[in-house]
Formats: sequence, structure tokens, C-alpha cells
Amino acid sequence: MSVLLIAEHNNKELRPFTLNAATAASQIDNDVHAVIIGHNCEEAAKALSKLEFVKKVIQVEAAYYENFVAENFAPVIVKLADSYSHIISSANTFGKNLMPRIAAALDTSQISDITKVIATDTFLRPIYAGNAFATVKSKDTKKCVTIRPTSFDACESSGGSASIEKAEAGEEFSKTKFVKREEVKSDRPELGTARVVVSGGRGMQSGDNFKLITSLADKLNAAIGASRAAVDAGYISNDHQVGQTGKVVVPDLYIAVGISGAIQHLAGMKESKVIVAINKDGEAPIFSVADYGLEADLFEAVPQFLEELNKLNTIQK
Amino acid sequence: MKILVAVKRVIDYNVQIRVKEDNSGIVTDNVKMSTNPPDDNAIEEAVKIKESGKATEVLAVSIGEEKAQETVRKALAVGADRGILVKTEGVVEPLSVSKLLQKIVEKEKPDLVFMGKQAIDDDCNQTGQMLSALLNWPQATFASKIEIKDGKLEVTREIDEGLETIEINVPAIVTCDLRLNEPRYASLPNIMKAKKKPIEKLNASDLGVDISPRIEQIRVEEPPKRKAGIKVASVSELVHKLKNEAKVI
Repeated sequence: MSVLLIAEHNNKELRPFTLNAATAASQIDNDVHAVIIGHNCEEAAKALSKLEFVKKVIQVEAAYYENFVAENFAPVIVKLADSYSHIISSANTFGKNLMPRIAAALDTSQISDITKVIATDTFLRPIYAGNAFATVKSKDTKKCVTIRPTSFDACESSGGSASIEKAEAGEEFSKTKFVKREEVKSDRPELGTARVVVSGGRGMQSGDNFKLITSLADKLNAAIGASRAAVDAGYISNDHQVGQTGKVVVPDLYIAVGISGAIQHLAGMKESKVIVAINKDGEAPIFSVADYGLEADLFEAVPQFLEELNKLNTIQK
Repeated sequence: MKILVAVKRVIDYNVQIRVKEDNSGIVTDNVKMSTNPPDDNAIEEAVKIKESGKATEVLAVSIGEEKAQETVRKALAVGADRGILVKTEGVVEPLSVSKLLQKIVEKEKPDLVFMGKQAIDDDCNQTGQMLSALLNWPQATFASKIEIKDGKLEVTREIDEGLETIEINVPAIVTCDLRLNEPRYASLPNIMKAKKKPIEKLNASDLGVDISPRIEQIRVEEPPKRKAGIKVASVSELVHKLKNEAKVI
């Protein structure tokens, strides 16, 4: 039976993790159909039809789908679910909010945040903040699965030529109203997909000092991350938080500045290819996962880091 | 208004967990247990709402083994009025938990149900959303701010892109983020008082819900260990290594 992928988008473009979820879906079954629910989302539906693994697109339109309210989205997918063995989305805040609502309606025990497809009914997933991995096998006939985007490569965004079918909208759920979204606009790479991430922690001591992180990130064309402590202290907004209850990142280079390395933070970054830690406490747990540790005062080390980078002829982008 | 708060007993967040030698699960014997951290935020918020005069009762519910009573008792010690423990054995999946909670909700008829957005043991992040689907109630997940306005809730949600605000009608489910508030500590007199507060004990079977697992846990293993790194003596050495050894800049 086919697999149904739930596309995440902003009505104009696909959100990048849809491409990772498409790859995961294709590892379960070749016949990947993708549903896009939105308002005036023609462009995003076209982009979806061009994805490498997508064989068919189902577009569902209504004004009340503009803001991704799970109470509106879930019934649409439940109605489509009959024809599919699996329903797949990313385990980001979009999929986490939506999928359990679908799974409960289908009386299915959801499998969250998988990092590997072992068989069509068997998956690998992290538990306890990634301090253990469980191999789990679903006994439900229909499977609801969210995937950890950083564990699956993004598929090609071209090459596909899926047909786009329209499906009927569901009823509006009137008891939930979208009010507003405050997105932090930035020209930087997205935290979830950036090649380099520079993160600051409590050691930054103030929001103002985060300028040091910003300068370093500018130089390296990096995304900016933060520990929960830094977000809680108000140094930086929540969308930068890396960790068990924030974002999971797997960049080529992760630079942790003034971050002690609580297990909840390590959960979000310890799969990074190369980890650098700058911390004045030589005993900080972050050093246990760092490839390169520098025991130093960050307020001296980061300006020196910038100077050294200025001396280089080229820096990878 | 009556608020039901679901609380889960988990391995304490400070404990470095260990995988059992036979790979059948995680070692829980003689390990410090406590309330799932964002469930503490859920209780705190409910108690604050009661203290502000907008709620009349806070009911704490836990589902788990007999010892989960301690988790209910802790909620009572920080201000919940009474507790319910639904006794279960072994693994209870979020779908089953939400079905059990549905039964309790149908009986107790709360106006709001609060719980943490995620349990830090299985990291599923499902129960609140599932319960709201079963009840067909509005859901506000990952809440970092809750305001009660004219019988509705305005909730600020933490999402990947930043913050989102939604307005939901009551009755509703709210799953709480760690940034929602600062949970209080129980004072000794309140711990003593909590011992006198009632906890009703039920068996899962009394509620007529099939909670047999649908997911078989085949194996649990430790993640691959990272190779030990090195300490560099200076920033220039660090940059040199990143450029020429790791080749990442």
C-alpha cells in the first residue's frame, strides 16, 4: 500500500524538512503520495509535485487552512487515510502538533521521531534525550510515523512530475482561532539545515554579549543556536534553542561557546560531525563530546577566533 | 473552573540513564525518580490560575505503577486539591494514556486539562494532542504563555519559526513548555498537609480501556560513543586544526 506524506509549507514554498520526510517515506514504500493542505498554495503544490520521490499530490484548499491549525488539518488526513499504510511527517513542531491528533482518530499508536527505517513496521528512535535508541515494531495495521529530519537526507527538489489532484476540504473547527505568528526573519541559514552552527549558553552573561556569537556566525555563514539556559535568561529568542525539547541539529561544524553541556543540550547536537567547545571550566561536560576543546575565557577567545578567521584566505561557505 | 493536570513519574532529569545488559530496556531499579519536568510547569500554571481566583479546583492525575502516587502527592504538596492514580503495570503507550485520561475527563468534567508537552523518558510528545482528538477539544501545544480572557484562553505557543498565538474555547487541552513559568518548591508544612489530601486509586481495568501495547520494543541500545577529542592550547591552534585537519572552515 502507498505511503502518505504530509507536506509542510507556508502556502508559497515547501518548508525544507518536507524533503527529508519524503526521503524517509520513500524508504518505506516507493509509492509516495503527498498531501498539501493550505490556502492559495498552488506554488507549494507545484514544488511538491517536482520532488524526487513523490508520485501523486493531493491538494486541499480552504481559507481556514491558511494557518496550519491541527484541529482543521487532522480530519482531512484521517479521511484520506483509508488508502494508505503509513502516514508520515517531520518530527518538528508542525508534525508534533498534528500527527498525534491523526493517530488517535485512527486508533493507532504513533511512532515519534524515528531516525531509521529498518522495515515497513520496524523503526529506530531515540529515547531519553538520545541517551538510548529503541528498535520498535508497530503492530497496528496503519502506521503514523514522524521522522527526525536530520537523520534523513533531503530528496532532490526536481525531477519528479507527480499529478496534482484536488480533494474536498473538511469542515472548519470553530473552537480554535489563529491570532498571530511572530517569526524571526533572518538572512542566515536555517538552524535545522545549516552547515555550521555557532551556539551560545549561559556563559554569554547577557543578550548584548550574544553579538560575539553573531559576529562569529557572520564570518562562518552559520546559523545561531543557544542552550535552554540562554533562552530562559532572555539572551535570545526560543527559535534558537538546541536540545531535547528544542531543535536537533547535525551540522558539519558545531561551535559551543559558554555552554556547559547538560544532557538535554547534548541531545540536540551530539551527532554533529565536528564539535568545538569553548568554555573556561575545564570540567564542563561539553568537553566530553567535543572534538576540539578550548579551555579559555570566551570573551578573549571569541575575538581572537574572529582575528584568526580574518587571516585566512578563504572560508568555506 | 476546574483544571485537571496529568503528571507522569519519570527517571529524574539529572540521572545519566543506563541501558540494561540484555538490551531489554533502561535500568530503573534504585534510580531516582521525579515528576516529568514540564508536568511541574503544568501544575504550577493550574495552581497559579486557582490562586488568581479563576479556578476553583486543581485535580492531579497520574497513570502508572503504585509508586506514581508519590508524583500525585508532590502535585498536592504544591497546591493541587486532590489526586487520582490510575494503576497500570508495564509500558502504557501515549494512546492508552490518552484513552484512560479521556475516561477520567468524562467523569470529572474539567474545563481545562494541562500536562507537559513531552515526557523526558520516551520523548513521544503525543498524549495531549491524542486526548484532545479523542475529546474533539481544541489543543494548544508547547504553551509558553496562557491568558484567560472572557472564558477563552489566549495561548502563546513556541514553534520552530518563533512564537504563535492562538485563541481557544474552553474546554481545552494545553500542553506546557518549560518556559511557561517557574515551578515552586513544596514547603515542609505543605508537604505535611498534602498527606491529608485525598488520592483516589483506580485500576486501568476499572475504566474499561484496552491498554495492551501496540508497539513491541525489540531492543534498546546505547548510542555510539563519540571518539574522545583533544584540548587545544590556543585559538590559533584551534583554527589551524579546523582548517587543515577537520577541513570544516
